[in-house]
Amino acid sequence: MDILLQQIINGLTTGSVYAVVALGYTMVYGVIQLINFAHGEVVMIGAMVAFSVITALAGSNLPPLVIVLAGVMAAVPACMLMGFLLERVAYRPLRHAPRLAPLITAIGMSIILQHLALLVWGRNPLAFPQIIDNRVFGIGGAAISSVQIAIILMSLAMMAGLSWFVYRTRFGIAIRATAENVHVAGLMGVNADRVIAATFIIGAGLGAVAGVMYGSYYGIAHYTMGFNLGLKAFSAAVLGGIGNIAGAMLGGILLGLVEALGTGYVGELTDLCTWPMAHGWLGERCADGGHFVLFGSNYQDVFAFLTLILVLVFRPSGLLGERVSERA
Amino acid sequence: MSEVLLEARRIGKRFGGVQALKDVSLTIKRGEIYGLIGPNGAGKTTLFNVFTGLYPRDSGEVLFAGSPLSLASPHSVAAAGIARTFQNIRLFGNMTAQENVMVGRHVRTRAGVFGAILRTRAERAEEAGIRRRAAELLHYVGIADRADDLARHLSYGDQRRLEIARALATDPKLLALDEPAAGMNATETAALRCLIEGLRKDGLTVLLIEHDVKLVMGLCDRVAVLDYGEKIAEDAPDAVRANPKVIEAYLGTDH
Amino acid sequence: MKTTRSGVSEKANACESRRYAVAKSHRERVGLVLVAVALMALPFVLASAGTAWVRITNFAVLFVLLSLGLNIVVGFAGLLDLGYIAFYAVGAYVYALLASPHFGLHLPFWIILPIGAAVACLAGIVLGAPTLRLRGDYLAIVTLGFGEIVRIFMNNLSSPVNLTNGPKGINRIDPFQIGPLKFSASDTFGSLIFSGPIKYYYFLLLVLLAVIVINRRLQDSRIGRAWVAIREDEIAAKAGGINTRNIKLLAFAMGASFGGIAGGMFAAIQGFVSPESFILNESIMVLAMVVLGGMGNIWGVIAGAALLSFVPELLRYTVEPAQRALFGKLLVDPEVLRMLVFGLALVLTMRFRPAGLWPETRHRRELNEGRV
Repeated sequence: MDILLQQIINGLTTGSVYAVVALGYTMVYGVIQLINFAHGEVVMIGAMVAFSVITALAGSNLPPLVIVLAGVMAAVPACMLMGFLLERVAYRPLRHAPRLAPLITAIGMSIILQHLALLVWGRNPLAFPQIIDNRVFGIGGAAISSVQIAIILMSLAMMAGLSWFVYRTRFGIAIRATAENVHVAGLMGVNADRVIAATFIIGAGLGAVAGVMYGSYYGIAHYTMGFNLGLKAFSAAVLGGIGNIAGAMLGGILLGLVEALGTGYVGELTDLCTWPMAHGWLGERCADGGHFVLFGSNYQDVFAFLTLILVLVFRPSGLLGERVSERA
Repeated sequence: MSEVLLEARRIGKRFGGVQALKDVSLTIKRGEIYGLIGPNGAGKTTLFNVFTGLYPRDSGEVLFAGSPLSLASPHSVAAAGIARTFQNIRLFGNMTAQENVMVGRHVRTRAGVFGAILRTRAERAEEAGIRRRAAELLHYVGIADRADDLARHLSYGDQRRLEIARALATDPKLLALDEPAAGMNATETAALRCLIEGLRKDGLTVLLIEHDVKLVMGLCDRVAVLDYGEKIAEDAPDAVRANPKVIEAYLGTDH
Repeated sequence: MKTTRSGVSEKANACESRRYAVAKSHRERVGLVLVAVALMALPFVLASAGTAWVRITNFAVLFVLLSLGLNIVVGFAGLLDLGYIAFYAVGAYVYALLASPHFGLHLPFWIILPIGAAVACLAGIVLGAPTLRLRGDYLAIVTLGFGEIVRIFMNNLSSPVNLTNGPKGINRIDPFQIGPLKFSASDTFGSLIFSGPIKYYYFLLLVLLAVIVINRRLQDSRIGRAWVAIREDEIAAKAGGINTRNIKLLAFAMGASFGGIAGGMFAAIQGFVSPESFILNESIMVLAMVVLGGMGNIWGVIAGAALLSFVPELLRYTVEPAQRALFGKLLVDPEVLRMLVFGLALVLTMRFRPAGLWPETRHRRELNEGRV
């Protein structure tokens, strides 16, 4: 089995999910410079709603694909509504407040959403129903499952769709104008409130799909899943240059790849027994195929964050972020 | 002590494809008020930011008080003795006027964390000195009665004065003022003029960037004119006024 | 607050008195004495309600200490740090490793606490040095990542060499001991019973007092002004002669040291540390305490930390009986309801007091410009 290719495939899959979630962070940030900390929870709610719908329909005679689509169709509007409410209730009243105030409300909303989900869906991880026959194809010595193919293709489609929307439609231009300068956009007749609400709604809709993809890829949904996923996606958005849509996509995929490759290789590379200097007590430990692994796959998250930190040290505004020059 | 305080040699700076400064050389003498004028976008503020270490320069060098000036960082420029104000006033809005000036003393004082925590004798003496000097400077620029007000609650003219007081607190050899009269009404401008003349009387060297040509011509000992990043004239105000190149730069020519 | 007085010298004197005297008026002095007496008597009052409440109070004081440390970084210098709990973790693990059977080391606490502070301080510099030129939210995510990295290392450094004992954590950590006075056992003086937690309480109170004094002195010093100047306008601060990189690093180092000391005490009080105590949520909680109380204002921060420490505990003890009284049965798991109320409290507080519950009165600092 080709480990490199396999890890790339796995990395692309998780990376695509990160990228789609990251879009939600980056769009909101681009328009109002706010870290929407509750976005991860919106994604979680999306996964949960889809779980409920799919489980309810699983017994029926509908074709599996229709059932999954029904799950997505339920999750997307539910999350959009949530994104809308989030903006209205938690952020809009604070638009002129000190910078950290909305961050605290975001944390508050995130706690609320998590525990509401706990009330509705319970404390235990839920097995995401695998109703679609998950076929595995071999390519070049590695395996790719139909779920992985679906995730990658759907993510690409959503990113292409969003790019078209933002760069080719009138409303997309309004969004970009607002991101550039709220006041001037307002003078040009753009309704900033509507644009801001729209970025929340669109981000939440994308997040809902990402939640379903994540749930079906890992086979479980849990009320705390949004936290880690959100964290990764936010890192991805920053990695690419927060506020930049192409950056979020690039950052997401890159982060997925780094994680997968780090998990696959660093353990092997830091096994001191494979190094030439394995003598003495180390040699004894290494005898008979022993290992002395410094950093194994359990450091997965470290790889992700270290990459992020390194990139930011050398490119302080992320990979595709604008270089903010100091203006005197 | 040489007569020249600052000498800039062939300063160059480009932003992407735009050559903002082309081989600009100039000398500022001790005790004079040196004016820098030019049409919008001529490179005045860029030159200013190069002198004060905010922008790295691409070529050229600056001699200040006889030795090469390290332009590596703004704070070392301030330590060397160049203080500045900003075109769009930059005060510490949520600190009082007095505290703003006290911050200016930072570069001339030394107390560290341990001194502050232990309240050592040296720290207390230094702190009292900072406070005294700040009060003096507020008085000097004429806003002593606003000492305890937050900087952002001050009027526009008073904010300009406060910025000058803060710059003076660093004990500068050269005070660089970036369009200090911008946005001022006639009364405020007249008061500012008095203040700058007072600075000269007290022996300070002043570099003045200004849009208000009348103010510059009336106040400065010598004036340099920048146009498209090049120095096109450097002379006494009357001579500059008569310089055909300057007239062309300001009024344009018909071809 | 506008004060209209005239004359420069008089004003300078006014500032002096603000600087050197905590209690200016007679009324304030009486107030302080009352607060001191109340704080001294508090553990015995609490002990009558159950030793658990003394423990809860001790943890609350630890969080107050953490908030005051973070306040230096976020409140004074304006640097958004989302990984602050890492320094708490460093302090706790330093204590655990140097005073437990894990390595067989049993150093006394008064040696370990400074070591913990120093190591945490070093960690703060290591984190700060490469990242301080990042702006606002970028710095936030990097500090967040740093916090997670520290936790993951503690979780995994049980192999190949067992340094931290991994997720199982380190057990049987030595309690404080001063000569014959053991903080783990109860002592009786007359009719007063000094239980372990009560002894720790007084020790914590002492540390808290020192930290408050240090914070106040720093705030009104050359360094403190430089911090606030950087927060207000970094470019102007630079041009005004402040070496912003060093001064920011100093804020990180100071904040980290406080975190390290608090962490050491946490390890001793709890007798056990594991990576689970240092998850990202804890960093966020400390930040919430600082912001909710009123960034930059020491008293506000203290109040915010106390509030967020006690409210969840109070809810824990009231939510269940309240439900039973109202509905005759448990409708919602009290733990869940507690968190829901907590989240709602955060949202509502920020909605109606966006600068925090007790923003700095003299300066009423707004911390950066308003949004949009």
